[in-house]
Amino acid sequence: MAYVPSTLTAPDSPSAGARVGRALVSRAVIAPIAAVVVFLILWELLVQAMDWPNYIMASPSDLPAAYIRFWDLFLVMGWQTLWRTVVGLVLAVIVGVLIGMVMGFSRTMRDALYPLLVGFNAIPKATVVPIVALLFVGQHDFNTILIAFMISFFPIAVSVSIGLSTLEPEYRDILRSLGASQSTIFWKIALPKTLPEFFGALKVAVTLAFIGTNLMEIVSPHGRGLGALFDSGKTNSDYPLMFAVLIALAFLGIVLYYIVVILEKTFAGWAERAPT
Amino acid sequence: MSDNLIEIKGVRHAYQTASGPLPVLDGLELAVPEGGFVAVVGPSGCGKSTLTRLVAGLMKPDHGEVWLHGEIVKSPRSTVGMAFQNPVLLEWRTILKNVMLPLEIVPTKMSKRDQEERARKLLSLVGLEGFEDKRPSELSGGMRQRASLCRSLVHKPEVLILDEPFGALDAFTREDLWQTMHQLKKEEPFTGVLITHDLRESIFLADEVIVLSGRPARTQYVLDVTLKGPRDINHLYTPEAAEMLNTLRHQIEIAQGRAPAGSPVPA
Repeated sequence: MAYVPSTLTAPDSPSAGARVGRALVSRAVIAPIAAVVVFLILWELLVQAMDWPNYIMASPSDLPAAYIRFWDLFLVMGWQTLWRTVVGLVLAVIVGVLIGMVMGFSRTMRDALYPLLVGFNAIPKATVVPIVALLFVGQHDFNTILIAFMISFFPIAVSVSIGLSTLEPEYRDILRSLGASQSTIFWKIALPKTLPEFFGALKVAVTLAFIGTNLMEIVSPHGRGLGALFDSGKTNSDYPLMFAVLIALAFLGIVLYYIVVILEKTFAGWAERAPT
Repeated sequence: MSDNLIEIKGVRHAYQTASGPLPVLDGLELAVPEGGFVAVVGPSGCGKSTLTRLVAGLMKPDHGEVWLHGEIVKSPRSTVGMAFQNPVLLEWRTILKNVMLPLEIVPTKMSKRDQEERARKLLSLVGLEGFEDKRPSELSGGMRQRASLCRSLVHKPEVLILDEPFGALDAFTREDLWQTMHQLKKEEPFTGVLITHDLRESIFLADEVIVLSGRPARTQYVLDVTLKGPRDINHLYTPEAAEMLNTLRHQIEIAQGRAPAGSPVPA
């Protein structure tokens, strides 16, 4: 007979889990939508109460007209902004993970690279935009992607390096004592263990990448992307259009953010603790 | 050649620190016969964990030799199983997949099905039947440590190295796990080294208790545990257990420098 301690009880039934799951989904969907609606109402009320004209602040009720009038432009330019942001982000992930790995595994490289990275990150990217625009004149897509990349790789590199360098030595020892190679340790333990930190950084990087794309689109006049649409609203004193662009950007940001959340749930869902 | 499975002969080792070499081991002797179970006790920071890393082949001593099954240990060997105070389970894997981890690294002739069957058998042996598909975060500390013990045994290691595996558990859970250890030893015989701070634990589990001196550590005293085979918690409250504990406590005081060497054991 095996020794079975009396304190161990059988796992709980699945139906209770399903019920909790449904409650969580409705909370995850309804709560944020309600928050957005409340925000729009407050915004509308504020503009009404202060009796602000459009050129100070447009109200949500002004926006539908702008969207209807420039619908085709929103689609075309929104797509331009979106794909360039995503490409910049993908580059940031690849380069950021590589830099993070180098810094995470080598103490020397960490000491050597940190000041450089921090210094680079401290430079306002708005000042880099004209330099890049002059450096690669006419390469609009490339320039935009470059700025999106430059502004967003830093948090990814830092999080991956911290995740790898803080791996408890016992995790390494468990595999090393069995004769596992360094690459086995990386794939089986170091990489999956770093995923929660990585996704946390990716959420920050998503919004940063949008800022990067739009910096280039607004500052460098090449007539592409939502940034250019914003700029034309400014030139034509079409204030509702400018606000409509900002809301469209926010919408794209939210969409991309939730795509990251889905990826996170798929690959690092284990890190989320059940609510108690 | 001797018939000892583990043999440590005259090991000396020092760590290189910013303020010069820090000797941790100086004249360590240890021998464990096949199927034996030796507990190592000593003051904190005396180099007990260094000892486990030496036997596991994770580091080499400056001087002396570590023998395992008639061969000098130079690098990690897959014939070793380890468990630490921290259960270090992989949070993204189920309990079953955690237990099966060593089989993904150590070359094995077992088929996938046999591997899973073996892992399930070990889990039910330690009372974790029904928890195979749970994640470590859903288990209590004691249950995680049970799973960690299964993982250390799944690839049938020749040597089991336990570095204070019960140190972070509450007293009742710890006593439960002591009995689980005897159960495991009966069903899955192994040769083991147990590092511990708990003198009761050392005489409850081991055949022999080795007391290390303060840093740098050498083998100061060897106690032959008179309790044999599977034990009951009540054995810890017998006069012979009290006498062994008294002797060990006195040896620890000597190791800490709080009692002169060779002084008589207080009654």
